[in-house]
Amino acid sequence: MTPPADSAAAATPGAMDRRDAAWYADRIAQALIFVGGVSAIVFIAGIFVFVTREGLDFALGPLGLREFFTSIAWRPTSNTPTYGALALIAGTASVTGFAMLLSVPLSLGAALFIAEFARGKTRETLKILVEMLAAIPSVVWGFVGMSIMNPLIIRVFDVPVGLTVLNAGLILGLMAAPIMTTIAEDALKAVPDTYREAAEALGATRWEVVVKVVIPASRNGLLAAVLLGVGRGFGETMAVLMASGHAINLPTSPFDSVRALTATIAAELGDAPVGSDHYGSLFTLGILLFVVTFLINLAADVVVRGIGRK
Amino acid sequence: MVGAAAGGAAADVSGPRYDEPPVIEVRDLSIAYGGRPALRGVNLDVHRHEIFGIIGPANSGKTSFLRALNRMETFNASMEVRGSVSINGMNIRDWRNEYALRSRIGVVFPLPVGLPLTVYENVAFSPRLRGIRKKAELDEVVERCLTRAALWDEVKDRLDSLGSLLSGGQQQRLTIARALSQEPELLLLDEFSIAVDPVTTMRIEDVLRELRSELTIVMATNLVQQARRLADRTAFFLMGELVEIGVTEDLFEREAKDERTTGYIEGRFG
Repeated sequence: MTPPADSAAAATPGAMDRRDAAWYADRIAQALIFVGGVSAIVFIAGIFVFVTREGLDFALGPLGLREFFTSIAWRPTSNTPTYGALALIAGTASVTGFAMLLSVPLSLGAALFIAEFARGKTRETLKILVEMLAAIPSVVWGFVGMSIMNPLIIRVFDVPVGLTVLNAGLILGLMAAPIMTTIAEDALKAVPDTYREAAEALGATRWEVVVKVVIPASRNGLLAAVLLGVGRGFGETMAVLMASGHAINLPTSPFDSVRALTATIAAELGDAPVGSDHYGSLFTLGILLFVVTFLINLAADVVVRGIGRK
Repeated sequence: MVGAAAGGAAADVSGPRYDEPPVIEVRDLSIAYGGRPALRGVNLDVHRHEIFGIIGPANSGKTSFLRALNRMETFNASMEVRGSVSINGMNIRDWRNEYALRSRIGVVFPLPVGLPLTVYENVAFSPRLRGIRKKAELDEVVERCLTRAALWDEVKDRLDSLGSLLSGGQQQRLTIARALSQEPELLLLDEFSIAVDPVTTMRIEDVLRELRSELTIVMATNLVQQARRLADRTAFFLMGELVEIGVTEDLFEREAKDERTTGYIEGRFG
């Protein structure tokens, strides 16, 4: 066999030293990917700087942090304005907590069924339906909360108002469930089939395989799914605004109306003059949201790494 | 096990029991994937304390055959199995509980599949399924199985590290230890040495030779010489067909009945 004609030329030192199209393409691709990666950091940092700049002066100046965290009196437009955010924090926490109570078991169960037990057409249909659920706009969910859940709750539980923690929690839970299901299912599917085969070959039943092998192997992904759901619930604005009643209140039961941090910002920012104390106080809420989200993600990261090391 | 106690140190005393009824009887076994045949009309018997070798090139149906023995077809919806496989005289498709069947059959896959668990938990997995809870008892099983798989000395200080951190050869011995932890009466090996270095392969082969006195082994291999070294009898599969079964020595030393077998053994094709 004779070597191809140009291979002799390629072997000369000159050819080795010449940068060709592939070399440049590689460099360009590397640069583009670098820019893409760095831009995420730039945007996050940019948002953080912007929100902090608008809110920090007020938060550290006129606003008493003690009042902010301990008072429930959120009266930014009163003649003697007070900025107690406790009720808003409690509103967000109660609605998100209620939503997670509903959606975590529901979506993990759904993901397990789709990934491990459903077969063929059932599986494909369910996947498509769940993905369609994820695409429903939040204002539509809010509408459902207002016009369907509200009268339903009033009738079923015999309470005066149906726009409550229960209502917003249910709506938010249903909203968070599809994305949690999809991510959890991806995590389960990422467990190699060889594990399942090996475990079944050892005589484990399908259920034993799921509990003892598949879930432990995918727990990081499952945890990520749950935390994404929490983040979704925490940051959701429109549906919560519409379904929660938007009343400043420390909730003592699921049938109390509440007001969420996000809904407060959305409802009031348009009326607050730029640079005013009210404006600053809303950005302070923004900082709070940002910090909490950051802490949730950080906690997730630490937990995931901790589990991974063991 | 009856033979093991009488046999003592001399392994040969407990060789294949051709005088007893076979452990595995395969009758007219055909396997297809979505209508595409992978194995056609296989009839064979495997006897107690026998190492039964299966040789043949890729796509000859070796793996499909092994999968049918412990009903792994439930895993692959397109795998259709016809004919019958009986173990100890009972047709395995009449067993309602395929999990109970599988728990009596140890399987070693071509590439070692360490469950995402520690070395200890990999071996303790099956005993735990059987309901063994006591730590001391589990410790004893784990040590015994790892010792029998010639792995104990290498891993006794790292039982709590992940099984997947072991080297390839160690992982394969771990899967053998895991299969032994089932206390199986039947051990199926599918090209176990494909990802294992030659020295480790020889060690595993020694292990298998010792195990023969306690259980029955069916071993598919793409290494003709491995079948020659280990198997009491060998079957040659080609393109989904059982070409020939014979006492291994006869196939290799004297002329095989079918010239395709001789051709494969001598490396003229495959």
